[in-house]
Amino acid sequence: MKVIQDLLAQMPYAEVVRQDKTYLVTVPKEQLYAAASLLKNNEKLSFDYLNDIVGIDNGDSLGAVYILSASQFPSYIIRLKTLTDDREQPTMDSVIDLWLSADLYEREVHDFFGINFLHNPDMRRLFLRQDWKGYPLRKDYDANPELNPIPTENENLEAMEDLPTVDIDLNGKRREQHQKLFEKEEYVVNFGPQHPSTHGALHLRVSLDGEIIKKIDPNFGYIHRGIEKMCETYTYPQIPHLIDRMDYLSGTIHRHGYCLAVEKALQLEVSDRAHYIRTIIDELTRIASHLLGWGCMANDMGAITAFIYGMRDREKIMDIFEQTCGGRLMPNYSCIGGVMHDIHPEFQKKVKAFVPYMRKMLKEDHILFTGNPIARDRMDGVGYLSKEQAISLGATGPTGRASGWSNDVRKIEPYAAYRHADFKEMLRSDGLTFDRYVIRLDEIEESLKIIEQLIDNIPGGACCAKTKAIIKLPEGEFFQRVEGSHGEFDVFISSKGEKYPWRVKFRSPCMTLVNTLKHIAVGGKIADLIMLGGSLDYVVPCIDR
Amino acid sequence: MEVKDIKIKNMKYEDFKDNETLESYVQELRANGVNVAVAKIDDLINWGRSNSVWPLVFGTSCCAIEFMCTAAARYDFARFGWEVTRNSPRQADVLFCCGTVVHKMAPVLKRLYDQMPEPKYVMAIGSCTISGGPFKKSYHTVMGIDNIVPVDVYVPGCPPRPDAMIYGMMQLSRKIKMQEFFKLPKQPATPQGETAEGGEA
Ligand code: SF4
Repeated sequence: MKVIQDLLAQMPYAEVVRQDKTYLVTVPKEQLYAAASLLKNNEKLSFDYLNDIVGIDNGDSLGAVYILSASQFPSYIIRLKTLTDDREQPTMDSVIDLWLSADLYEREVHDFFGINFLHNPDMRRLFLRQDWKGYPLRKDYDANPELNPIPTENENLEAMEDLPTVDIDLNGKRREQHQKLFEKEEYVVNFGPQHPSTHGALHLRVSLDGEIIKKIDPNFGYIHRGIEKMCETYTYPQIPHLIDRMDYLSGTIHRHGYCLAVEKALQLEVSDRAHYIRTIIDELTRIASHLLGWGCMANDMGAITAFIYGMRDREKIMDIFEQTCGGRLMPNYSCIGGVMHDIHPEFQKKVKAFVPYMRKMLKEDHILFTGNPIARDRMDGVGYLSKEQAISLGATGPTGRASGWSNDVRKIEPYAAYRHADFKEMLRSDGLTFDRYVIRLDEIEESLKIIEQLIDNIPGGACCAKTKAIIKLPEGEFFQRVEGSHGEFDVFISSKGEKYPWRVKFRSPCMTLVNTLKHIAVGGKIADLIMLGGSLDYVVPCIDR
Repeated sequence: MEVKDIKIKNMKYEDFKDNETLESYVQELRANGVNVAVAKIDDLINWGRSNSVWPLVFGTSCCAIEFMCTAAARYDFARFGWEVTRNSPRQADVLFCCGTVVHKMAPVLKRLYDQMPEPKYVMAIGSCTISGGPFKKSYHTVMGIDNIVPVDVYVPGCPPRPDAMIYGMMQLSRKIKMQEFFKLPKQPATPQGETAEGGEA
């Protein structure tokens, strides 16, 4: 694209490689901030959405890849890469003033690789305890369990609230400063990690002024299982089983995304039959996930009936999954080349019976809860998220769309069988809690439409392409996006031509949602916090990986 | 008349896969001589206890969703008197550990367990809680929660189906039913004064 070419021409220091709609831009460390701010703050085409920051360890050098896209032309992606040779005290410039989502991403890279981002006022670890020894995703990490035994004491709150900042002064000397997260007089309430409404093990520290929330500090890592590191020791066909267990509600979709990435790298032709089946299963997963999200949000507001209704309808989908895939919550269905096994002879019949049933129930759900005056009183006018904020925070999925940001990957970059289906991207403009609530129910309706169009047209043929016994990806970096039920899920695979990947990174759509909570809940009442969390519908194991 | 048996009303004796373990335990109890009067009162108390077990749900990840299915309309564990899920450990009888426990979470689990009043039980749901499960190679996962707290019932699966969870619950019901209530520890035997007082609250 001409505009992007022009932009890149303004960076004489950058090395640019183009692959279709992706530009790989490598810049020296010193120019990172200049390049990033040029991409973000230019008049022609602002790259206002930071998908993710991927830390990498090449053995001799450490680095970070910034994945950027523009909300105007979301199909174009720039991967801005920078490396540093310093393994002792690696530093890079921080970009938190450009994108709101950057602060958690930078902390994650710091946690896993030990890179300090200069001037980021909060260089704590993100997932691991502050007293953890070593940086686990480095290639030379010492995994000796004696170094990091199972702790017997809870983490020290003092250490949790101490914010280090690293910067380099004019003489080139490294300085470290410390700040306190909360003032001494502040009234701080602990929320989680064991709490029925945190949707997983999330720990929030909330500072209050009376009933009003002043500040929220999310604390992750209570379910950090180290999946990305484990992926480096697993073969390509083994990895999908871990992906299912990350964001278990939309696991099938994420797994599909991973399979697409590997297939793209192998240039493997997948049959249309597999594409259709995957798409239908994905949409069923989305419905199941939205039903649970809806039920949990209602439950968070005190409406237990809605939760029971949601679970009841979800069971119908679980039955369909069980018959065809063999599993309920973890169907383990997509695999490299297609799907594990063909659909059950009754699959189509059951799905076709489900669609009208779900339509009927959806009406009931609306009567039961959407129009309920108590529910409306609580939801209306609360938790405003503007479109600009949503983009800058990277709040993808239904949350972003409720604020008017068109970000549906199924439309931007149609994969699998979505190009054969006629459906609308649901958009609302107000960005309030009620919009986030209702958009999920609307999306269920759209998913039903997609399923209806595809279910009778599943083409014949093999359901899985033949692959080699040992799968080795060619050397290079591969990237794939899919639309999960909570937002955009990205897979980044870096391969050195082995049968194990060199680095795998998953973009967690839920991490940005918790970051969103941090912004929209401030100034509101503490009583709304749980409901706001419900309206964002995050899954914590997806954040922690 | 025999005192102490392991039959429960909610599930047929023959439907259990393993009856021998508990039977031998009962034999042992009888051999040691059970006072009939005490045992009768025991039975009465245990009948009540085993039919209204209040769980504390420690749901960290995927298995918790299957637990929610168990609680919802279709599988409905309210049929067995298990539905009063408590959010405070001080009111709970059994800790349902659903989901992976990692290093950072381990002290939290231990603390919750310590805060529960005696007699208390733990159910380990899912392979993660039994042995680390799929995350055996991870640097941050606890390889089995029995490293941290004692476990009464293990329910394997990744995730276990709701039926499997109910089977596990029935096993625990039987275990509760045959215990000698008056010989169970009354107060948490932990050095922390905080938790001992919590048991009463
Ligand atoms: S046992 Fe399986 S389903 Fe359960 S928490 Fe572990 S990974 Fe998730």
